Amino acid sequence: MNVVLAIVIGGLYATGLFMILRRSITKVLFGLILWGHGSNLLIFVSCGLVRGAPPLISAGDDRLRMPYADPVAQSLILTAIVISFAVTAFTAVLLYRICRTIGTDDIDQLRASDS
Amino acid sequence: MLWILLTLLIATAVAPGLHRVARHQTGWLLALLPVGVIAWSSQFWRAIAAGSQFHESYPWVPSLGVNAAFRLDGLSLIFLLLICGIGALVFIYASEYLRDDRKLGLFYTYLLLFMTAMLGLVLADNVFLLFVFWELTSISSFLLIGWNHSSEESRDSARTALIVTGGGGLMLLAGVVLLRLISGSSDLSTMSGDVIRESPLYLMTLLLVLGGALTKSAQFPFHFWLPGAMAAPTPVSAYLHSATMVKAGIYLLARVHPILGSTSVWFTILTLVGGTTMLVGAVIAVTQTDLKRILAYSTVSVLGTLTMLLGIGTSEAVTAAMVYVVAHSLYKGALFLIAGSVDHETGTRDITQLQGLAKPMPLTATSAVLVAASSAGVPPLFGFVSKELFYEAAWHAPGPRFVALTAAFLASALLAVVALMVAYRPFFGRPVLAPQEPHEAPWRMGLGPMTLALASLIIGLYPASISDLLGAAASATHGSPVSLKLKLWHGFTPVLGLSAITLAAGPAVYFLLRRCGMPNRHHVTLVSFQSLYDHAYTGMMAFAEWLTGIVQNGYLRSYVMTVIITLLVLLARPLLQDTQLFEGALSEIHLPELILAVVILVAALAITLIDSRLAVAAVLGTIGIAVMLLYVIFGAVDLAVTQIMVETLTVIVLVLVLYHLPKFLTHSSRWIYVRDGVVSLAFGGMIALLVITAFATPADPELREFYAAQSFLAAHGRNVVNVILVDFRATDTMGEVTVLTVAAIGVHALLRFHAERKPGGGAMVSLVLRTATPVLMLLLLVVSLFALLRGHHESGGGFVGGLLAAAAFSLHALAHDVRSTRLLLGVPPQIFMGAGLILVVISGLSGLITGGSFMQGQWTEVFLPGLGDTHLGTPLLFDVGVYAVVMGMVLTIVLTAAEE
Repeated sequence: MNVVLAIVIGGLYATGLFMILRRSITKVLFGLILWGHGSNLLIFVSCGLVRGAPPLISAGDDRLRMPYADPVAQSLILTAIVISFAVTAFTAVLLYRICRTIGTDDIDQLRASDS
Repeated sequence: MLWILLTLLIATAVAPGLHRVARHQTGWLLALLPVGVIAWSSQFWRAIAAGSQFHESYPWVPSLGVNAAFRLDGLSLIFLLLICGIGALVFIYASEYLRDDRKLGLFYTYLLLFMTAMLGLVLADNVFLLFVFWELTSISSFLLIGWNHSSEESRDSARTALIVTGGGGLMLLAGVVLLRLISGSSDLSTMSGDVIRESPLYLMTLLLVLGGALTKSAQFPFHFWLPGAMAAPTPVSAYLHSATMVKAGIYLLARVHPILGSTSVWFTILTLVGGTTMLVGAVIAVTQTDLKRILAYSTVSVLGTLTMLLGIGTSEAVTAAMVYVVAHSLYKGALFLIAGSVDHETGTRDITQLQGLAKPMPLTATSAVLVAASSAGVPPLFGFVSKELFYEAAWHAPGPRFVALTAAFLASALLAVVALMVAYRPFFGRPVLAPQEPHEAPWRMGLGPMTLALASLIIGLYPASISDLLGAAASATHGSPVSLKLKLWHGFTPVLGLSAITLAAGPAVYFLLRRCGMPNRHHVTLVSFQSLYDHAYTGMMAFAEWLTGIVQNGYLRSYVMTVIITLLVLLARPLLQDTQLFEGALSEIHLPELILAVVILVAALAITLIDSRLAVAAVLGTIGIAVMLLYVIFGAVDLAVTQIMVETLTVIVLVLVLYHLPKFLTHSSRWIYVRDGVVSLAFGGMIALLVITAFATPADPELREFYAAQSFLAAHGRNVVNVILVDFRATDTMGEVTVLTVAAIGVHALLRFHAERKPGGGAMVSLVLRTATPVLMLLLLVVSLFALLRGHHESGGGFVGGLLAAAAFSLHALAHDVRSTRLLLGVPPQIFMGAGLILVVISGLSGLITGGSFMQGQWTEVFLPGLGDTHLGTPLLFDVGVYAVVMGMVLTIVLTAAEE
């Protein structure tokens, strides 16, 4: 299964990069979202995969017993998901503002508007 | 000594203020400072003349063994007297010369800064301290040369001087670091010359230190910056570029002579460079017509002489160098000031336009004749004494006597020509029409030249008065005691004959040149190092521009491309070589996961091909849900819930915003698509290989085992993920919710900045949705509170709860309109973020109040009806704060976006 997931992660990074290399800034945003999924899965998978064993301490016990999914990776990814929402929203709105002001989403035409 | 420098630094800062109050009197008020320094130093004169030296040291960087160490000995004292004596005269002179300059206050600041730096340089014993002051002189010189910064020539000259002397400064820095490494000490007075000369690094050290000294003292082939520096106001030229700063290089050579000198390399380099500079400078000087440039090149020549004398390094040569330093500073400083007066009074410095000024400017002319005579070596002036010693040193120099003597004679004769050019030609003969009617210079400008001229005369008549002091300086330079008895009259010696021939040759050459119409405006140019420098400079700038154009081209995608391709090239070999499928890599492939994987890949590929923005948003949602299902399968329930909520909200925001964006256009050609596709595939493959490699090296289990064991016992929570977020790593989480708040405020600001609020907005006309909304909302809110409350032990928590609550209100906004949602909320959603952040901080501070650390959880056990004994603690409060921030953040974004 690991190999399959490795290919999925690779695929997310590849398509994300392809989008980031486009001139339309909207596509760049989509590329970033794809990279977000890819990185979350990357952390998740490289900390080891455990099926069906969430890191919850069962009632009557005082610690996690093997096997359990890695709680460290999960806490990292949990905040990453929420933050990527905030950042995506911010980027999308920024984009909207840029297009409203300049009238295009072509990155190459944004170069002159530095001042 | 530290106090003196600090006082001067303070004066540097207050000088412009003083100028505002004291106006025209500022010059002589400031001159009291250097006079005070001289008065302070007078207590040491007797002891130093007898051979003592004084040390002072303060801890500076004790961990590196570097102290702010100062030393006052004969060599320092001679320079100190020159710096302060001429400095005082220059301050008074400048107050008249630049009287109408509106920036005069700033000028005093720069000049004081220079004086401080120069004093620090000659007092410093620590090599690093010396380097700092060395650079400070270069910087203040840069500021002063560029004084008329509205003129391009000034700016270019200032930059050239800074690049040449600053580059030398860097070499000096490397040199002093090597000195420190070799000798183990960073104080010059404790360095052992024997150890340094024996070291294999000696040659490197010597070359680096000489690189600093020779650039600073304008030695061939770096001499070209000095004539350029004449763009500075004349008092600056007199002070920095003849009397003091250019002698910093000479000072350094004299200072390091005991530890680096007396070797054949030292001798060869310095005599060759010095001798060349001496002759080149003198020859160019007699071909110039601008008074200041004549003086500048003759200064170059004298600096060459001094370098040569220090290169010879015998006790006679070192003594001659010290005497010459003083004599030259006195007469050349005065000559520059006189050139300034002439320029000030007549409006020109061109000697072909000046004649007969002795009548309108008798005092200036008298000073000029005296100091020019000193420079030519006419008895009984001090210049004569120093020229005698110079010839004496050349006579006894090791190596071929004929060469040394000829060179010395040629340079001296040419300097006698220069003396006539600057003191005879402008002042005598039939008056010609100058651009301005000439008058005698005001007393402030007359004082300096006259004082220096009288000093040249008196010291010339009674040279014994300073011979002990100069002897102490020579001893410090030579490294062993040198006894010096200066005399005006040495009796009839071969050297006296040479002096006489020099004095005869000077006028002869002068009148010969006049007869040939020399000098005229058609200057003789030998090889122009200035133009070589110019070519190098423009070449470098063009190269920089070209490189910047390529590297910083402003295209995001080319930056990304560069980074990715570099990464690919660097990682390709190790990844392809070392990656191997570990055992069982292909096992355990279950059908559901395989389907999800295919869905993600197909959807991702589709995104690159679809042209519709909204379709892309929908497909992105598909990917998000498939990823969520993967989380479910692999035991990450909290992640799954968070992911699904975020995915939903992301799609809502994207749809709301993207709807307004322009349609996708095809900007790129097919070739570019293929190129980007290939690079992207290679990158994806590399990441996949990286992940496979990561499997082969399992993560360190220590951290996860710690949390697994401690989560319940130490933090009273059964949901380990939640415990990590709100307790173990709560400070991180606090940072993260702050980021969320900032992003939401950013969104709000971006959308509200050009406020054109439309009432309502965002309403969907769906009766079914509207009818179902109250039920769904209630359900979502209950679930969200449930998720928050049980989050510490079961799946859930503040993040999930906050997202659920926000979803409830977003649903309301979609079904009805934003305004009624805002009414329902009662307060703006930003309030939730603020309140949440405050809760988070309070729960963190509670740890501090009870004597623990920030974010340390505080727990207490209480009995709750229905739940039994329950642990309540501040991490639960923290989670409530997270809940409020997340809810506020999402609502701020969604509601403002919906309003647009």
